Amino acid sequence: MLQTPHPELYDVAIIGAGVVGCAVARRFALAGAKVVLIEKGADILSGASKANSAILHTGFDAPPDSLELELIRAGREEYLEIHESLNLALMKTGALICAWSGEDAEKLEEIEKQGRANGVAELRLLSASSARETMPGLAGRLVAALEVEGEHIIDPWSAPLAYLTQAVALGARFLRGAELLNGTFGGGWTLQTTNGAVRASAVVNAAGLYGDVVDQRLGFTAEFRIKPRKGQFVVLDKAACRHVPRIVLPVPTATTKGIVVCPTAFGNVLIGPTAEEQEDRVRATVETGTLRTLLQRGAEIVPALADIPVTAVYAGLRPATEEKAYRIFARPEKRAITLGGIRSTGLSAALGLAQHAMKLHAAFGEKFDAPPLIPKVSVPNLTETLERDWQRPDHGEIVCHCELVTRREIEAAMASPVPPGDFGGLRRRTRAGMGHCQGFYCNARLAAMTKGQLATSLAAGEQGKQ
Amino acid sequence: MSTVADVIVVGGGPAGVAAAVELRRRGVKHVTIVDREPHLGGATRHCSHSPFGMREFGRLYFGAAYGRRLERAAAAAGVEVLTGHSVVSLGEQGALTVTSPRGVDMMSAKRVVIATGARETPRSARFISGDRPVGVITTGTLQSYAAFHGLMPFRRPLIVGSELVSYSALLTCLAHGARPVAMVEPNPYALARAPFTWLPRLAGIPFHCGAELIDIVGQNRVEAAKIRLENGTVQTLACDGVLLTGCFTPESALLLRSLQGVAPGSAGPAIDQDGRMQNPAYFAGGNVLRAVETAGWSFREGRRVGAAVAEDLARGTAGEAPVTVGFDSPIKLVVPGLLRRNGLATPAFQDFQLRFERRVRGCLSLELNGREVWSRKALWLPERRILVPIPPAAFKAGSVHFRFTEES
Repeated sequence: MLQTPHPELYDVAIIGAGVVGCAVARRFALAGAKVVLIEKGADILSGASKANSAILHTGFDAPPDSLELELIRAGREEYLEIHESLNLALMKTGALICAWSGEDAEKLEEIEKQGRANGVAELRLLSASSARETMPGLAGRLVAALEVEGEHIIDPWSAPLAYLTQAVALGARFLRGAELLNGTFGGGWTLQTTNGAVRASAVVNAAGLYGDVVDQRLGFTAEFRIKPRKGQFVVLDKAACRHVPRIVLPVPTATTKGIVVCPTAFGNVLIGPTAEEQEDRVRATVETGTLRTLLQRGAEIVPALADIPVTAVYAGLRPATEEKAYRIFARPEKRAITLGGIRSTGLSAALGLAQHAMKLHAAFGEKFDAPPLIPKVSVPNLTETLERDWQRPDHGEIVCHCELVTRREIEAAMASPVPPGDFGGLRRRTRAGMGHCQGFYCNARLAAMTKGQLATSLAAGEQGKQ
Repeated sequence: MSTVADVIVVGGGPAGVAAAVELRRRGVKHVTIVDREPHLGGATRHCSHSPFGMREFGRLYFGAAYGRRLERAAAAAGVEVLTGHSVVSLGEQGALTVTSPRGVDMMSAKRVVIATGARETPRSARFISGDRPVGVITTGTLQSYAAFHGLMPFRRPLIVGSELVSYSALLTCLAHGARPVAMVEPNPYALARAPFTWLPRLAGIPFHCGAELIDIVGQNRVEAAKIRLENGTVQTLACDGVLLTGCFTPESALLLRSLQGVAPGSAGPAIDQDGRMQNPAYFAGGNVLRAVETAGWSFREGRRVGAAVAEDLARGTAGEAPVTVGFDSPIKLVVPGLLRRNGLATPAFQDFQLRFERRVRGCLSLELNGREVWSRKALWLPERRILVPIPPAAFKAGSVHFRFTEES
């Protein structure tokens, strides 16, 4: 690949454009730093961040007094502050932790106690009948439930896009197709990537599934090892949403939050994730048998789901490590910060992690001048909670009928400050092809509309974007 | 803005156009077809090589030409056609929310005919294992690539399925320079009949019955597919796409999300002998009722439903609650699934249409109020239409049930 030089000296180079990297880029850009965000993939959210359950957590079940808890709470608070100005959705669904056995029911009190200790006040132990009053679709065998009012649903793809869009509006650079090859520190960092060399004063490793590898490539002894944990999900048709107005969580075990049934911001219902340890950091396969089990599990929790058609299935990898805790390290002598082992709570904690990275960076002794003007940035709404483009005149036409995606939305995404780099990115930015027909009607049209603009073209024999 | 019509037909494929034209022919004044695509024709628009139209128009048309013929028929009959209009939701009394390039409109009609057709089941709903790269698509999508955009999604796909449409997909591939690496069918036999089933052999493409697609490999684009053959051996085929054919399902999302709902089994709306749904302001015809019949069948069905709607408008609503037609597994679906005592003198549906879930031998029987009135022993195949005449007594019966006794 052509080695284009990037001679500017950046204040901070962030490695990895997942939700954490995007949030860190925004935080530093807001502070006035000259930021470059380096991403191996063709688009943001190419790794762990593309597949999660889209819950904005309260931290009620996070380890007490942990950094994770502190950052979830800080991240959540900031999201609640900024979501309106960025045009980001917030569904105040609340969650029910459901006990399906007497044994589970006994644990609810303990969870409530921990939740309160964690600073989450809006907790309520409910009898089965009062829980079912708030959500009549729950199966009759429910024993008891704990209501967590503050658990919310957000759009997991538009949020990081908004963070990065704001950073870019403040002058941050987003460098795609740039896998970090190695980094050397000599007063400042020189990072060799597959898309040229980058010079920066400080570096933040937000490389998710490759957090340990990136630390090694920066010349550090990795303090942790990523042990990918796969999660498979089933997405049900929007007809399911009337049965699932709230997030339904099981009583968690030591290793996982368990199978969640929850609404999505787009009006669907999600069942998942599984928690499957694997060595492979690349392949996140779905498996017939597991998907069937998930569907069955969903119907055991909300029986009406048994008759609802499946819209989509997906799988993602969470960057777990040997330990449950976040693996965060600052190396002031080399002005490097590692934000590692950010598992399923990354979406909730991302803004908090960004604040924390800023604090760690302050100890390096570098100061920035905050920009005099913060440009107003907002991202298109894709959720059912706010107005959609199809509801407004002059949208051109509907291209994706299932998700009512307009031509204007697709053209706007392609021309946006952070345009999609691949088809997945286009889907996440517009919802095109995400509906029940999964592109039966619109895929060919999208192939024609995006010709030459995506890394992997939809049509065969067409050159992808370099 | 708000439009009021006598009848709104949702979907301008063969069934929808036939219904609208028939309504006009019977003197219904304001008939509007609402279609989300830029032209009428529905799924026939992108089928470049299946001949259509012999029975309804007295000559053969190919693909888009058949759609244009439907457009001419609608125009000649004085049907108002609104293309590029997507119905977003169905309201209680025939009130529809529609979006078009102008924005959102409300439309309403005394009767609404749902004729939204069918589509193939995508990869996700089939729960196929593997990675999720670009290049796993259905026949309809392939044909849109080729017919509308002069593009191809792959050059060496694996074809899954052996319904009629699977062979059409094979022909589309060959006609546009793609060479399938193989065709696989999970059943131990091909679902379509000869001579179509000879096609792969004639084209020199391996065809495997009883073979299952067990893994799709590829991070960006499809790189390989793994299949398990009938004898248990696993083959890895290098390919750049997976073409999922058939497994049609009614395009009934609108119904699923509105008050109407869909019938278990068919996944389309439950209708009575006149094509009328539970909510008597709504009717349906064509492939939205059950997957899947030919364009000609859908056209004739649409015409009969159009005639019924015209008569229903003249006579007044049949508000009475219908009786649901029951059926046992492995019967997959029964259409009509409702019967009304106060239906029209000449019902739109003279026969029950049945399909089976799987290949099965046994006795199929129809019971009215617990008494058997019809039965037949046979080997029943899935994806084959079975017609059982609706006995007049069925409309008055308190219970109507299809039983099945399997022979070992």
